[in-house]
Amino acid sequence: MGIGLSHYLILSAILFGLGIFAIVTRKNAVLVLMGIELVLNSANINFISFAKFNNLNIDGHIAAIFVIMLAAIEVAVALAIVLNIYQNYKHINVDEIDSLKD
Amino acid sequence: MLTDIVFWFFAVLTILSTGIVVFSRNMIYSVFALLFTFFGVAGIYVLLNADFLAVTQIMIYIGGILVLLIFGIMLTSNITGVDIKSSQTGNIQMIFAGLLSLIIISGLIFIAITTNWYTKPHNIGKVSSSIDLIGKSLLIDYLLAFESASVLLLIAIIGAALIARRK
Repeated sequence: MGIGLSHYLILSAILFGLGIFAIVTRKNAVLVLMGIELVLNSANINFISFAKFNNLNIDGHIAAIFVIMLAAIEVAVALAIVLNIYQNYKHINVDEIDSLKD
Repeated sequence: MLTDIVFWFFAVLTILSTGIVVFSRNMIYSVFALLFTFFGVAGIYVLLNADFLAVTQIMIYIGGILVLLIFGIMLTSNITGVDIKSSQTGNIQMIFAGLLSLIIISGLIFIAITTNWYTKPHNIGKVSSSIDLIGKSLLIDYLLAFESASVLLLIAIIGAALIARRK
């Protein structure tokens, strides 16, 4: 039995679940960002596997390119916010940050 | 047959390193395991005939996002202190989070296996590079999204610099 569409979908499901686990359990804001990256990567695998198994439809690739671009933007802005939080609080534990200014 | 072996290699690499990313207590180990995760996903893209996306994944994720994350960790944690050991939430929360992600994983796998997906197989003959197709599609069908993405990138650069340099 060869590798079919469901193999790729199962791989992306496992990646998605582990990313959700990282988002929910980690306290450090940078590690939460890493969980978000895992979730976005699993979505990309889904897009591209459906694109391949539908006669190499190129629209899935376009969607994946936009997802990658948005991930880059999101990480840049989020790290700027994280650095700002670190200047105010001296830590970046997301469950102890409860006000926007000091 | 060879593609099966390559697929299993990259799948096992991706899942194992993702496990290290999620469960490791050391933040530096997590970041460096994330490198192997991105690399494995890039290999999966190559198997899926998405050569341009594999190169994009390596250049943007490994060359850009991972370096930014390493910068974030280095700038916000006390490397020599105990702060490098990232604290996780308590045991009760861990149990419920594990249950939640197990439910999500098993539900998605159930859906992926039992659904009769509509597939139209690619006629295996001449598989050329996907770059010219992507370029034509970006500049003909998705031109507005492409241009607004460039505006969004500009706004994000200005905003990130402004937020990070405040005061």
